[in-house]
This record gives sequence, structure tokens and C-alpha cells, in this order.
Amino acid sequence: MSQVAQQLFNALQWGSFYALIALGYSMVYSILMLFNFAHGDVFMVATYIGYFVATLLLGLALSGSLPLSGVAVFVLTLLLTMFLASFIGIAVERVAYRPLRDAPRASAAITGLMVGIFLETLVLYLLGASRRNFPTLIEVNTFELGPVQVTNLKVLTIVLAVVLMVLLHLFIRKTKVGMAMRAMSYDYAVIPLMGVPLDLIIAFTFALGSALAGAAGVLFGMAYPVLDPYMGVLIGWKAFVAAILGGRGSILGAVAGGFLLGFIEILVAAVLTSTMRDLVAYSIVLLILTFRPYGLFGEEHSVRLRL
Amino acid sequence: MQQTSTPSRFGSLYGRIRARFQDVPISAWLVGMLAAVLVEALIGRDLAYMLGLGNLPSFFGLSLIFKKWTLIPSIVVFIVVVYVLPALGAVYLVRWAMHRWRGARSVAWVQRIPTRGYIIFNLAFVYVVLHFWAASSDYRLLVLRLLGVNIILTLSLNLVNGWMGEFSVSVAGFMAVGAYVSSVLMVWGFVNDDVFGPAVFPEAWAPYAFPLALIVAGAVTAFTALAVAIPSFRTRGDYLAIITLAYLFIVKSSIENIDFLGGARGFMNQPKVADSLLVVFLWTVLAVWVMHNYVTSTLGKATSAVRDNEPAAEMMTVNTRKVKMVAFLTHAFWSGVAGGLYAHIVGYINPGSFGLVKSAEILGMLYLGGLNSVTGSVLGTVLFTLLSEILRPLKLVKWMVIPVILIVVMIKRPRGLLGFQEIRLPFLERRARAEEEVSHAPAGD
Repeated sequence: MSQVAQQLFNALQWGSFYALIALGYSMVYSILMLFNFAHGDVFMVATYIGYFVATLLLGLALSGSLPLSGVAVFVLTLLLTMFLASFIGIAVERVAYRPLRDAPRASAAITGLMVGIFLETLVLYLLGASRRNFPTLIEVNTFELGPVQVTNLKVLTIVLAVVLMVLLHLFIRKTKVGMAMRAMSYDYAVIPLMGVPLDLIIAFTFALGSALAGAAGVLFGMAYPVLDPYMGVLIGWKAFVAAILGGRGSILGAVAGGFLLGFIEILVAAVLTSTMRDLVAYSIVLLILTFRPYGLFGEEHSVRLRL
Repeated sequence: MQQTSTPSRFGSLYGRIRARFQDVPISAWLVGMLAAVLVEALIGRDLAYMLGLGNLPSFFGLSLIFKKWTLIPSIVVFIVVVYVLPALGAVYLVRWAMHRWRGARSVAWVQRIPTRGYIIFNLAFVYVVLHFWAASSDYRLLVLRLLGVNIILTLSLNLVNGWMGEFSVSVAGFMAVGAYVSSVLMVWGFVNDDVFGPAVFPEAWAPYAFPLALIVAGAVTAFTALAVAIPSFRTRGDYLAIITLAYLFIVKSSIENIDFLGGARGFMNQPKVADSLLVVFLWTVLAVWVMHNYVTSTLGKATSAVRDNEPAAEMMTVNTRKVKMVAFLTHAFWSGVAGGLYAHIVGYINPGSFGLVKSAEILGMLYLGGLNSVTGSVLGTVLFTLLSEILRPLKLVKWMVIPVILIVVMIKRPRGLLGFQEIRLPFLERRARAEEEVSHAPAGD
């Protein structure tokens, strides 16, 4: 019993990463009806940005030139990384998607893939093949919560992910920009007629998704401190699958899909061996999609659209 | 020949060049290439040494630009002397001979040759040229054979991503299945192996059994593709992208978990049955031929109709489900065959070589060349391969340059270099003209 609870808790943390990244896929999809195939690599770059920001801030704090406590360093790292990562998203949109907005969507998918490869190679080129270690920002404490062993880092990850999701939800529901985004996902063609600045909203959507990927990057770096340039491919594509599982273009679906995939992966690894993880997890995904082709919360309207 | 050309359409210089060469049959160009290749074989090595290029450059010396840019004049001289001059000289010679022999009627005379015979003759010629070109180094031979494999892959992918209008990313997964099935068959049959025991058949039979193994591999691949095809054709759109992605992960993970296939360590000992260029060349030609016939057949047009408007196609009595199924399984079959070829060319396979990167590479080739175009797929693959060989000295930076080039091409020509059009091959023109008008109206996406 305690084993199950423990695994469920781990799955919550693992699912948080997927959910945060999947949100980026889903938001772009809901507006442009195409998948941002560079998003996984945006996440990777964001993690590296987080690494540099954290190292810099930690260095300043330790040398005493900035009077920062450990928690303050973490908060600053998180915010700065999210801020900087959003520019990566804007740049990706500007280079890979805006010139191709009227082109066949598959061409945009290719430019996205190519931007991803470019980013991977760039990081590999600039930083070399050696793996970087994310600095420890918060001392890891383990404590018992009933039968479950809990670390403060995992709790932080889950809580922060949920807070960000709630904030995103409020943003989309309550603000004017959020309303424009919703309107665009409802009818892309008419919205410019209403005076909504299309380019701005699209760029903002990419920025928002990338900022969430940035947050995921910092949290991921703290939990699994070894960074390498191909982590974006691994995590990113799985988050992509999670976004589909939840339903294309659905925000709630992305969160649900992320957590669901996290649960499936962790439980498969716990019950069987970890080498079987991908095999069983994706077979389950295939099965779910066979019976619910639009994902958990997807809508049928995406049938009309082609990649 | 193209009698109705408009020389001024592409600017005067290009127009003049075009007008000068438009009555040269394709065989004459091949004679020119053969001349260039022979000249290279004769004096290439010495000339390269004299010009300070070192050994005979593998890809026209273009990659040397990135090693040392001061070599550029030497490279230009080398290319002009070894390739351009002999080729143009031979072309002129053939042209002169033709006019001398048959006068103005020579064009009509060439046109009277039966199409099929002319194609076979030219293909044999292409093979001879490639054979001599590859004879000078093993490296060229390897690149050419892999090029053949990639042409098959790109074409088969074009069927689904182009003519069918879906998005498949599982090329690498299909390749992996084909590679492993054919490898297991060949190793079980013809190699004394630790896992599969002594050879069942005499080794001399291996080259003859290889096509059979490839076909079985393709069939098995198509069979596993059913797992994707059955659930995914209930909906349209990007759904197939996700299903095929899951398929790719599942295949890779399965192979890693099967012990007798070597797991993540890989699988080797394949008999050497794909070492000659001829084997790969014949398979590539077969694939191009089959794909060309497929897409110009009624079935191919039905596939296009499904892409453009599925309900309308269904109303016109197209069995859309069957059409999609056949197209997807053909894609899987040929990818599997190409995977089998790949395994025997390289002689070592592991799950890592069939990842998403491989799929992305093939997708890049496909979209560079353009959707819905057989010649476009061939051109895209050749250009991509050439580019990737020329940029090889840049090492890591290569994978920054190639994506940038592809992005620029996509922005300038969103449908790829030859999307929805074919290079016109004059000797096919008479027959194909009627078909072209029907099948190459661009789709409304």
C-alpha cells in the first residue's frame, strides 16, 4: 500500500514536467492548429538558461556581492529563466512559423523540426559534449508524510506546477489577451477583422508556452541535475504524446495527459522493469487513442485540419 | 524533345543555353557524364595532386572549400578540367555526330525509339557511369548505396505524406523492423552464428535468397504497420503523426528488450550480399518504377482524391479506407525493404540507428524535394546527401547549416523544390502528357 502511494507521489512529480511542457504544445495548437515541433528543444535550451542563471546568481550570492538567501536565488532563477525562455519561443515563432503561416502546415512542421535540430547542435557546439550539473539551489530534505517518503523538492515541483497551471487558466479566462487567444482558437480567420493583433497574440502564445517550459526546465534541472543537449528530444516528444493523449488544443487536456503519461510510465517501471517502460507505456497510449481518437478532452473540430 | 520552349522565360543567358542544348537527347548527357568520369579516372588523381588538392577528392572537391578556402581556384580548375570540359565536349560531339548522320531528322529518329527500350538503355548507361565513378573509392560506393536506400525511403514516405496527405514519422520504425527481419533471415540461413546456429543453406545461395528475404522483411513490416493503420484511419489530420510516433517508440523499445536480437548492443554478422552497387541500384530503380506506376495509376489518383477531399472522393465511389490502407502498407513495405538493404550495406544495426533523428532526416529530404513528385523525391534525396557529404568537414556545424538551408528553402518555396510538379523527362513526355494534366493540379491546402 505504501509502495503504491509512494509511486503515485513520484508519478505526480514526473507528470508535472510533462504537463508543463505539454501545455506549450497545446496552446500553440489551439491557435495555429499546428504542433510546435521545436518545443522540446526550447525546453532544453531553457534548462541550460536556468543552469547559467542559477550558477551566476549562486556565485554572486556566495561571494556576497548580492545579499540573497537560497530561496530568493531559486525564485529569481525561476522568474529570470521563464522570462528569457519566452524570448526563445518568440524567436522560434519568428523564424520558423511566421513566414510559413499561409504555407501547407507540413512545411511549418519541417521548419519546426529543423529549428529543433539547430538548437540542439548550437548548444552542443557552444558547450561541448560534457554534461553539465545543475547547481543545488535548495537543500533536499526528506520527511515522512504518513506512509510516503516526501522530499521538499518534489512537493515544490508539484505545487509550483499546479500554481502555474491555475495562473494560466485564470489568465486565459480573465484577461483580454486570454480572451483573444480563446477567440483565435475558436475562429482564426475572423479574428483579425475584430481588431485583434494576430502577430502579437501568436508571439505571446509562443512566449507563454516557452515560459512554462522554462519553469519546467528549472524544476527538472533541480530534480535531475545532469543536463545534456538531447534531453529536449526525449522529454519533449513524450510531452507531445501527452498533449495528444489529453486532446489536441485543450489546456485541461494537456494537464490531464501529462499527469496520465507520468502515471503510466512510473507505474510500468515500478510493476515491470524499467526497460519495458517505453514499450508498455506507448502501447497503452496507442490503445487509449484507438478508443478515443481525439484524446481525453479533445474536440472533433480538428478533423478538418491537416498537418 | 521539347519543341515548344520559350527561351526568354528564364532570362536571356539561361534561355540561350537552353536553346542550344534542347535537342540533345538524354543519352548524350550520359555520354558526357561517362566522359567526365573516365577523365577523372585517368588524370583525376595526378591533377588533384598537381593542384595541391591532395588525394582525389570524393565529392568534386567541394568539401575542401571548408577545410582551406585558399584552395578555391584550384578546385574550380579541377572541376572545369575534369568534369565540365569533358562532359560538354562529349555532348557536343554526340550532337554533331547525330546531325551529321541523320541531319535535322535526328530528333525525330530518337523519338521513334520505343519508350521502354530507351529507358532501359539509359538506366544501364546511368549504372555504368555510377559504377565507374564509384570504382575509385569505397567511400563513394558506400555513399551511393546509402543514397539508393534513402531514395527508396523518401519515395515511400512521399506516398503517405504527399499523395495521401497525412503525416507519418515512423519511417525509421519501419526501417528497423525490415532491417531486423531481413538480418535474422539471412543470418539464420547463411551464417554460422552463435545465436542462430550453423548455416542452413549453402553460402553460395545467399545473393539469390537476399531479394526473397527483403520481400519477406517488407511484408512483415507491412503486417506490423496494420497495428497503426487499423486504428488511425478512422480520423484524418495529424492523428497519424502521433500514432506513428508511438509506433516508432514501441518498435525501438521492443527491439531493446528482445535478447536474441542483441538488445541495445545491436546485431551484426549480416552476410555480405549488398556490397555491390548493382544490387542497391536495381532495388532503387524498382522502387522508383513501382512508385511512378502507383501514383499514375487509378489507385494513385484515388489517393490524391482522398487527400484533396475525402467525402467527395467517397461519393465518386472511391473506397477511401482501402485506398488509405494500401498506400500506408505500401509505404511500410518499401520502408522495410529499404531497412533490409540498409542493414546489409552497413553490416551492423542497433536500435539507436533507427531513432527519430533518422525519421527527421528522411522528412527533410522529402520536403526539400517536394511533395507529390517522384523526381522531386529523388532530387531532394540526392541534394540532401550531396550537401551532407560536402559539409562533412564542418563536423558539428554541419547540423546547423543544413537546418538553416532547409528553413530557407521552406520559406522561399513552401512546397519544396519540386512540390506537385515533375522534372520533365523528354523521353517519357509523349506518354505522360495526357496523365499530367489530370494528376498535377495542386491541392487546395
